[in-house]
Amino acid sequence: MCRRFVTIWFRHLITDWMIIRQPALKEQPFVVAAPEHGRMVITAASAAAQEEGISTGMVVADAKAAVAGLQVFDEKPGMAGRLLKALGKWCIRYTPVVAIDQPDGLILDASGCAHLWGGEEPYLKEIVTRLRAYGYDVRAAMADTIGTAWAVTRYGQVAPVSPGSGQPQASLSQSAPVISNLPQPVPVISNGGQLEALLPLPPAALRLEAGIVERLQKLGLYRISNFISMPRHALRRRFGQEILLRLDQALGYEEEAIEPLEPVQPYEERLPCLEPILTRTGIEIALERLLETLCARLQQEGKGLRTALLKCFRIDGRTEQVTIGTNRASHHAQHLFRLFENKIATLRPGPGIELFVLEAPKTEELPAQQETLWTSGCSLESIRLAELVDRLINRVGAHAIRRYLPDEHYWPERSVRQTADLLEKATTAWREDHPRPVQLLPKPEPVEVAAPIPDYPPMLFRYKGTLHRIKRADGPERIEREWWLEAGQHRDYYVVEDEEGRRYWLFRSGHYDADRSTGWFIHGFFA
Amino acid sequence: MTSGMQAAKKREIIEQLQKDLLLLQGYSPPSAHPVDVGLGPVVAAFPNAVFPVGAMHEFLSDTTEHTAATGGFIAGLLASLMRQGGVCVWISASRTVFPPALSTFGVSPDRIIFIDLEREKDVLWAMEEALKCEGLAAVIGEIRDISLTSSRRFQLAVEQSRVTGFMLRHQPRDRNAIACIARWRITPIASEPVDDMPGVGFPRWKVELLKARNGKPGVWQLEWAAGQFRTVDEKIVKHGAVIRKTG
Repeated sequence: MCRRFVTIWFRHLITDWMIIRQPALKEQPFVVAAPEHGRMVITAASAAAQEEGISTGMVVADAKAAVAGLQVFDEKPGMAGRLLKALGKWCIRYTPVVAIDQPDGLILDASGCAHLWGGEEPYLKEIVTRLRAYGYDVRAAMADTIGTAWAVTRYGQVAPVSPGSGQPQASLSQSAPVISNLPQPVPVISNGGQLEALLPLPPAALRLEAGIVERLQKLGLYRISNFISMPRHALRRRFGQEILLRLDQALGYEEEAIEPLEPVQPYEERLPCLEPILTRTGIEIALERLLETLCARLQQEGKGLRTALLKCFRIDGRTEQVTIGTNRASHHAQHLFRLFENKIATLRPGPGIELFVLEAPKTEELPAQQETLWTSGCSLESIRLAELVDRLINRVGAHAIRRYLPDEHYWPERSVRQTADLLEKATTAWREDHPRPVQLLPKPEPVEVAAPIPDYPPMLFRYKGTLHRIKRADGPERIEREWWLEAGQHRDYYVVEDEEGRRYWLFRSGHYDADRSTGWFIHGFFA
Repeated sequence: MTSGMQAAKKREIIEQLQKDLLLLQGYSPPSAHPVDVGLGPVVAAFPNAVFPVGAMHEFLSDTTEHTAATGGFIAGLLASLMRQGGVCVWISASRTVFPPALSTFGVSPDRIIFIDLEREKDVLWAMEEALKCEGLAAVIGEIRDISLTSSRRFQLAVEQSRVTGFMLRHQPRDRNAIACIARWRITPIASEPVDDMPGVGFPRWKVELLKARNGKPGVWQLEWAAGQFRTVDEKIVKHGAVIRKTG
């Protein structure tokens, strides 16, 4: 697949931002300065100031002498980086891969994205127009390589805005349709047209070090066309390896890696909307379409998703998101839609959602399964059960779902092991050799008893104010406390039945003691 | 024609007429595959002498002892319903049932999915969701109070999915009429020593069928012995001084 890159250059990143914050600054020249070697040096100059001949690197005192009434602001460290990051995140609506190009640019990997906006020219126009509508003076270009796009963005003749004219600011103040300010030739370098685009540009367009650029200038090599046909070994000997690397990168002979702002999810579907979506129905339609395409892809690759994340990018720059999880890999669009359905209400569309992104951060192998012809039963492995459990978990939380497996402990409270996994198998069999009550109290409750002699079941007991006369009894069943787990007394359990036929599980904690009637507890009720 | 043949023919006609009557009363056979739940004479109380699966059953209990007895009785029914490797769901907001005990009634506790919720409202919702899930052997819900409307929703869900639903109503505040095919009350009664051996005998219950749609309510005594229900002959249970050392 042919790769396409867009580079964006923010010509006055900091000052544009300040003008957006304080529109009053727009008319007057101002600079941003930072101390350097005991003097204030300009780090950013507004378009108006640049027109007066002020450039970055000048000392503030000189600039003030040159331009009367020049305003000076202190630089906030790290501001440019933060701004670029925020702008880069905003640009994720155009492509998932956005990288920061220090100090004042962005790189977008637009491969396979432009057709969603109806072609490369409308795509680039849309980006530039939107950024300029926010108040940023930007230039952008599109090419096969980052190098060429970068070069054309900064040094190209077919510029979207004539440099230094201050025209974008004026257009914004009038809030006129910005699109009319765009020149007709949009800097989209056609496929494979890197060489022609580069030839008339100065050497600085190759992102070379200042020293190399200076040396090229001294030698009279003002344009790339002057030296591009020179033998490579000669270039390397005179200017070092870097110039060759940069040339190769710009021409597309050398791959150039960029670091995306947000890691790209391998399973991700995007749906940009022509009109902002405000209604629940609209969100549902978008979700259905995204799920369909994502599930079709998952099915084709034999995968199923375990978690899914729906991100809604609003036109005011905020992002709303909901997540769902499944307990078994699934690519069943209808089921996943039902899981999302309950959560759609939590999305706040605000002024409108312009882009939906559905991600599957966690996927698992899901081999194709035989469709059953008759669905008579439902086993623990069946998908229908897993889907039921998913729906319950999504509403009430995973802690509510429990299964019990036998555990190798005699102590009643520990004789079962709790699990949330539907497929976990019991490692031992359920024991049936000793009776266990159908109802077990979460905590044994003390009862008053009258027990005749050691190791005999009690004759009567009082529980919650009711006196029970015991007619029949089984026991004792002594259960020792597991001393390696906890300290305490053993228990002697009795199954007793009172005169009305009610059956209980009583125990005496510890050994018999004639002097006390305490130490007896009720722990359960038999059927 | 002999009198025997005449009698047989007569019986046939009466059976057919009874079936026709049921149809006229708006009764439709609940399931194409009748499940033998081993209830013996109790089943005769239902139309066509078939235990209604794919329908809602209501169980009333007043005390914890009754709840335990009901739990045992339901576990006995589950054993038959889950015989083909089915799964059942037990939904509750205050569950005290002890899973290992169910294995004595022939139910594998690891094939029951327990859903422990905090609010009664969620129980109703979860119960309806579960009842809609085709193929489950049974859904048991511990619901204290339920409105007629909610119970009708359950009824509609099971008509579609053919899942059997059990509603356990422990000390309901209001014994209102709800849509269900049968209303039961299970209470424990004194067991009888087996072969004059000391100790507690098999679990024994008084099974009251308080209401059965198109059926005949009744009272029976059943016990769970040797892995199945057994009807207890109506005879006076001997009470004696049977406290003997058994351990």
